[in-house]
Amino acid sequence: MSLDARPKSVGRSVKRVEDPRLLTGQGAYTDDLRPARMVHVAILRSDHAHGAIRAVDTTGANAMPGVLGVYTAADFEGEIEPIRAPSKMRDYKMTTTPLLAVDRVRYVGEPVAAVVAESRYLAEDALRGIEVDIDPLPAALDPEAAAEPDAPVLHAEFDSNVILAREFGREDVDAALAVAATTVAGRFRFRRKSPLAIENRCCVAEYNGGRRELTLHSSTQVPGILRDCLSDLTGLPGNAIRVIAADVGGGFGGKASLYTEEILVCLMARKLGRPVKFTSDRLEDLSSTSQAFDEIVDATLGFDAEGRIVGLSADVIGDVGAYSIYPWTAALEPVQVVSFLPGPYDVPAYRGRVRGVATPKVPMGPYRGVGRPAAVFAMERLIDMGARKLGLDPAELRRRNLVKEFPYRAASGLIWDQSAFVESLETVEKVVADEGLRDYQATARAEGRHVGIGYASYAELTGIGSKIPAAPGMPVTTGIESATVRIDPSGAVTAIFGVASHGQGLETTLAQVVSDALGCRLEDIRVVQGDTAGRAYGTGTYASRSTVLAGGAGTLAGEAVKERLLKVAAEMLEAAPEDLDVHDSRVTIRGTDRQLSFRDVARKAYLEFGRLPKDLQGELEETRLYDPSVGTTSSASHVCLVEVDAETCGVKVLRYVVAEDCGVVINPMIVDGQVHGGVAQGIGAALLEEVVYDADGQLLTGSLVDYVVPSASEIPHMDVLHLESPSPTTLGGYRGMGEGGTIGAPAAVANAVSDALAPLGIEITEVPITPERLFRLIHQKT
Amino acid sequence: MRVSVRVNGTAYERDIEPRMLLGDFLRVALDLTGTHFGCEHGICGACTVHLNGKSVRSCLTFAVQADGGEVLTVEGLGTVDDLHPLQDAFREHHGLQCGFCTPGMLMTALELIERQPDATEDDIREAMSGNLCRCTGYQNIVAAIRAAAEAMR
Repeated sequence: MSLDARPKSVGRSVKRVEDPRLLTGQGAYTDDLRPARMVHVAILRSDHAHGAIRAVDTTGANAMPGVLGVYTAADFEGEIEPIRAPSKMRDYKMTTTPLLAVDRVRYVGEPVAAVVAESRYLAEDALRGIEVDIDPLPAALDPEAAAEPDAPVLHAEFDSNVILAREFGREDVDAALAVAATTVAGRFRFRRKSPLAIENRCCVAEYNGGRRELTLHSSTQVPGILRDCLSDLTGLPGNAIRVIAADVGGGFGGKASLYTEEILVCLMARKLGRPVKFTSDRLEDLSSTSQAFDEIVDATLGFDAEGRIVGLSADVIGDVGAYSIYPWTAALEPVQVVSFLPGPYDVPAYRGRVRGVATPKVPMGPYRGVGRPAAVFAMERLIDMGARKLGLDPAELRRRNLVKEFPYRAASGLIWDQSAFVESLETVEKVVADEGLRDYQATARAEGRHVGIGYASYAELTGIGSKIPAAPGMPVTTGIESATVRIDPSGAVTAIFGVASHGQGLETTLAQVVSDALGCRLEDIRVVQGDTAGRAYGTGTYASRSTVLAGGAGTLAGEAVKERLLKVAAEMLEAAPEDLDVHDSRVTIRGTDRQLSFRDVARKAYLEFGRLPKDLQGELEETRLYDPSVGTTSSASHVCLVEVDAETCGVKVLRYVVAEDCGVVINPMIVDGQVHGGVAQGIGAALLEEVVYDADGQLLTGSLVDYVVPSASEIPHMDVLHLESPSPTTLGGYRGMGEGGTIGAPAAVANAVSDALAPLGIEITEVPITPERLFRLIHQKT
Repeated sequence: MRVSVRVNGTAYERDIEPRMLLGDFLRVALDLTGTHFGCEHGICGACTVHLNGKSVRSCLTFAVQADGGEVLTVEGLGTVDDLHPLQDAFREHHGLQCGFCTPGMLMTALELIERQPDATEDDIREAMSGNLCRCTGYQNIVAAIRAAAEAMR
């Protein structure tokens, strides 16, 4: 078999190495850990949106059975530095997140006091023994009202609730819109969401006083960020802290920030000399895990007579909640809305203004898609509104405006490298034609049914390198990852990464990459990830970065080890390294049957070290760092067919197709699974999911009865079509793809519902499109 | 209170508080951590186990209600070296990602296949609608259950 024809691991749907343990109940999720002498924390949370704490009386709780301690902020005074997410952005106001509330509470669900007891049951019982006296303070719940100069301020040290403001753009957009042949405008409202992983947040801290070592097990996406942050906050050196995220039950961004409970358990474990666990329940998750996408986008889009975009202007208000989240800052989500609003289109003139407004709600943080779901919702709605006004097919209007020459500098400053913008659109357009979906719609309309077709095209920047900070002046660098690859004396391969899988199957995909780089069998590789012990620096898994960054580092390290291996093998075989092949964990002299196993070479390298020439002496181990420098463009077009039931105002998604370009596909099965899951969350965002606070700031969606996520009945069969154009800017040609589904689906569904209701003159401008909202829209019009 | 239960064919006796949930009993008292809690209010289905041959939510069932009964959990299906056909189908069809909801999915699906081996896609989606998954979009779970029903015939 020639070298090129030999099957590579990359590109194959290999079965996941994670699955056997997860399928048999042998995963190691954080809540499964029960170190000897472990105790449990329960958190007393604020039931006021905004208030002054007059007194916290813990005497009752202290006397309750099994209680080891009851803590308030005062008990940790001087033990940690203030938790603040810095930024170099002009006009940024840096809030301080208290470990436990000090003097003020600023959202329902904010931690006020903590009980440690022998069991979770006893700890929760003891919460009833804490008396908290809070004087309610006025608060502005609505972000527009909160942005007004006379609104009551949430943080007394600032004169306004507007804690960040930015503006992007180019050319004179007002002049461009003034001469536009056609303009469309809308006020688009994307309602607040919860990432809602099925595993609630959990953390366990162990402190070894003799060795002065702290170990934090956490259901986190970012163990590296936690270790470095714990070091900064506690003053412990990094080598005394180990953060482990073993099996993590989903994250979606909700587990990608620092949580005060993670610091609390560490400080308590050090105080008590016993392991301390915190396990969130679902109410706590919905009232304290970071939330997302809460934005108002006021936008105007102008076209010339041929339907070419001439200008786009937008004012965005992001409701960032009570605190600027660590380490991302409150800017992360709303600023990306204006960064990505022009989308994959050629927009010559643009102005995007954004303000982030503090309100008494759960802090806004990263959630799958960050900024882009709201941006794409607004832009794709405007495109469809434009198509209706211009009398053009919505796909045709997209085709006229999609960027066709790369690299392209978008109006907000982002650079799009080569990506299949037009190809993805034409692929889904072909599905609509081949399946006769327009005919189906026409027939349905003739029967009095409301059926619609919706497109959404988008581009996203993934695998972002060190030149593009997620937020300027942020305390972490997200642009690099490293990998160590080693062969031990048994011939087995270990690959150690700083990323942290929480369901994506990175143990499998990264093994595929290393297998090809090194020439070993997949089953000979053990991937180690989610543990800070293995890496000097490495942040974790978020922002569609792990395949690109860790994959790149793994490729470089694997190739470097292979080079070492070849030199030793060449010496043993008395051959030239260039005459050797490495595959299936064996080194062969090309064209002969003379070969050595990895074990043979490794035993020589280690056990007969002294007999090797000096220049061959060394471990079969290499570490490499990878920085993709900028980032790479992933893109897709979605199309869906929906039917609106005019009686129940329910929306049923009948058909869903995604054509996407994520560059070289490592494992098609896993890529499809990621797209399916992303689309399902996007359909949830479009039709069901909404975090609701009442006028007093009380959370009304504190259970899964009230915060509704899609079940199998609401999600249609989906088809995913791959347009594999290798990224020109990343090693291996990979692009990130974990978030795309969630970015496109809200827009596609909203466009389809608008198309279905076009005869009634209804344009969807708010998601989720709940039956209540649809009822109001339909009955206002008829 | 003293409780005697057979779990996955093994007899256990423990002294517990009457308020202890069946899920906590399995996870904490018996150290069978394959059963997971996702909501603790009966919606997500992650904690589903079989009690006396029928699926129950172990977050809505007290351990004392299982006294004298037979419980089947995910640990009672197959092993890593010898997966149950249903587990094997989930692996083959990529019916899991983070794996947290999976034990509950398996237990609900097993009951469905035993009750209705010829379930259609719509039947499966309906029957599984009480088990939430946030990773997969359900498509591959449905495919896995169809394949398992076929394999187990």
